[in-house]
Amino acid sequence: MLNLKQRRRIQSIAMGTLGWLVALTIFFPIFWMILTSFKTEIDAFASPPQLIFSPTLENYLSINERSDYFHFAWNSVVVAFGSTIIGMLIAVPAAYSMAFFETKRTKSTLLWMLSTKMLPPVGVLVPIYLLFRDLGLLDTRLGLVIIYTLINLPIMVWMAYTYFKEIPKDILEAARMDGATLLQEIWRVLLPMSKGGLASTVLLSLILSWNEAFWSLNLTASEAAPLTALVASYSSPEGLFWAKLSAVSTLACAPILIFGWVSQKQLVRGLSFGAVK
Amino acid sequence: MADLTIKNLKKSYGNVEVLKGINLEINDNEFVVFVGPSGCGKSTLLRSIAGLEEVSSGEIFLDNKEITELAPAKRDLAMVFQSYALYPHMSVRKNMSFALELAGMDKKTIDDKVEDAARILELAPLLERKPKDLSGGQRQRVAIGRSIVRHPKVFLFDEPLSNLDAALRIQMRLELARLHHDLKATMIYVTHDQVEAMTLADKVVVLNYGQIEQVGSPMELYHHPANKFVAGFLGMPRMSFLEGQVIGTAQGGVKVQLDSGCTVEVPVSGAGLTNGSKVSLGVRPEHIHITKDNEGHFSGVLDVAEHLGSDTYCYVKTNAKESITVRISGDFSCNFGDTVSLSLDLSQCHLFDAQGQTIHKLNRAAA
Repeated sequence: MLNLKQRRRIQSIAMGTLGWLVALTIFFPIFWMILTSFKTEIDAFASPPQLIFSPTLENYLSINERSDYFHFAWNSVVVAFGSTIIGMLIAVPAAYSMAFFETKRTKSTLLWMLSTKMLPPVGVLVPIYLLFRDLGLLDTRLGLVIIYTLINLPIMVWMAYTYFKEIPKDILEAARMDGATLLQEIWRVLLPMSKGGLASTVLLSLILSWNEAFWSLNLTASEAAPLTALVASYSSPEGLFWAKLSAVSTLACAPILIFGWVSQKQLVRGLSFGAVK
Repeated sequence: MADLTIKNLKKSYGNVEVLKGINLEINDNEFVVFVGPSGCGKSTLLRSIAGLEEVSSGEIFLDNKEITELAPAKRDLAMVFQSYALYPHMSVRKNMSFALELAGMDKKTIDDKVEDAARILELAPLLERKPKDLSGGQRQRVAIGRSIVRHPKVFLFDEPLSNLDAALRIQMRLELARLHHDLKATMIYVTHDQVEAMTLADKVVVLNYGQIEQVGSPMELYHHPANKFVAGFLGMPRMSFLEGQVIGTAQGGVKVQLDSGCTVEVPVSGAGLTNGSKVSLGVRPEHIHITKDNEGHFSGVLDVAEHLGSDTYCYVKTNAKESITVRISGDFSCNFGDTVSLSLDLSQCHLFDAQGQTIHKLNRAAA
């Protein structure tokens, strides 16, 4: 019979192994993508796949020759940050009123907002396309900012609402008694108290906007196309060039991965600093 | 000057009427305590005065100026919350200076005021700490400090001591009494703890079901309750009630046949009472005495005795299964199940009619 200590030890090793397995499974495609991006096209096609090969940078060089990476990257930055900023400007007041001035319809409103996320986007593609065409928003960054703001708003409002709900109403009332205007109450009391949660909301919105492909592919051509559109352009028109496709994908993922990794540290700090009581 | 007048204040949530027409005068420098069981509307009344709750109808005046529709900050009131409601991301100093900063005061004045309040409340060494690094009592003092710096016309306290442990509660109670004396400010204090009400108040407002039952000084309420509710609510241990019916009225008072068997003559005015009227006799624990066998008004069986050292509280069951609380000296010895004889100090007893209203005492009615 194993004693309790041994059982605990075996349990912890088993859980650790399982955790690593899951993590590696999730990470493997990214790892393989990065690896392939340094192979020649021939190595990339090799069967069985090679782990040992002579790395090359030719894919990255040819991408820069063929298309202006920074043009696409800049578009991604503008639409991701633009939609996140506008989204937060709408989500914070909306979540504030729903969290602190709840009516009997608040819960239904929240549910209704979330239900819009259940709709397949392709279902509204044609009307949105026609609207964008008539409003002159096709292939504009403004158009993408608008659509990203709209598709991310439900999640942003939900997240902000959840974080605000955890803040005692008394504290906001105390601010009101202290003479804070609505804006001061939100800016000087509510936001500092929920900064950790709001930072994760911002991060999520940035990631979702950065990675969004459906609308960017359908509503942009060249002028406003973000990185996701650049990646897509490598997959079909020129046939399948695995190595180049991997290189461009790596380039598209890298900025948001690095940004997420850096801000995650800030996030954890923010969360522990903002600990209530 | 800070006189607060409330006229016919009503508040409903949907169909539920929480405040049913409150009329109240609060004078300058008064320490007024709203007391009542939970759900009686005392907190709602306080929050309506603060402006945190919109009233359904009625008016509130502060120094003859109507403030019913004014924003909370414009009313010149400060509130101390039950949960303290300190800003967790600000230091103690910032917590206290926040209102002054919002009011646009210059830094020097703010610093002076904060230092002043910190000195009064002995918070000076804690000024740079965050609320999470403070104990419950210290947080409570910061919350009070936050109100003091503003020099409001009226201080509002919403059950400020209920989150503290018993020892700290007594200490803070004394500090509040001292603070009221030192600041000479008008204070309104909500509590469900009748000891706080009795010890702190100049004026107690007893609320029940959204209505004021009685307003008066603690002693007035204690000795001359307007009805059975007030009589039963104030006093520790509570007043005991013996049910009975009127069997006659005389010069000296009303003759009552108690359900427990005995007949007593209570010195109250018999006006409005007829033979057979149902009444309750209210008697406080200190107005019942345990006497030798068969010399008292009636006898009962000792249920539980609590020895507190200075006093002993005996809970006695009467023949009619009513429970009576008796306060006697601390060295009284007795056993569960003992039969004891009880005598009532009838001049101190209260008689309530079937509606629970107090029947006036003879000496008081004359006066």
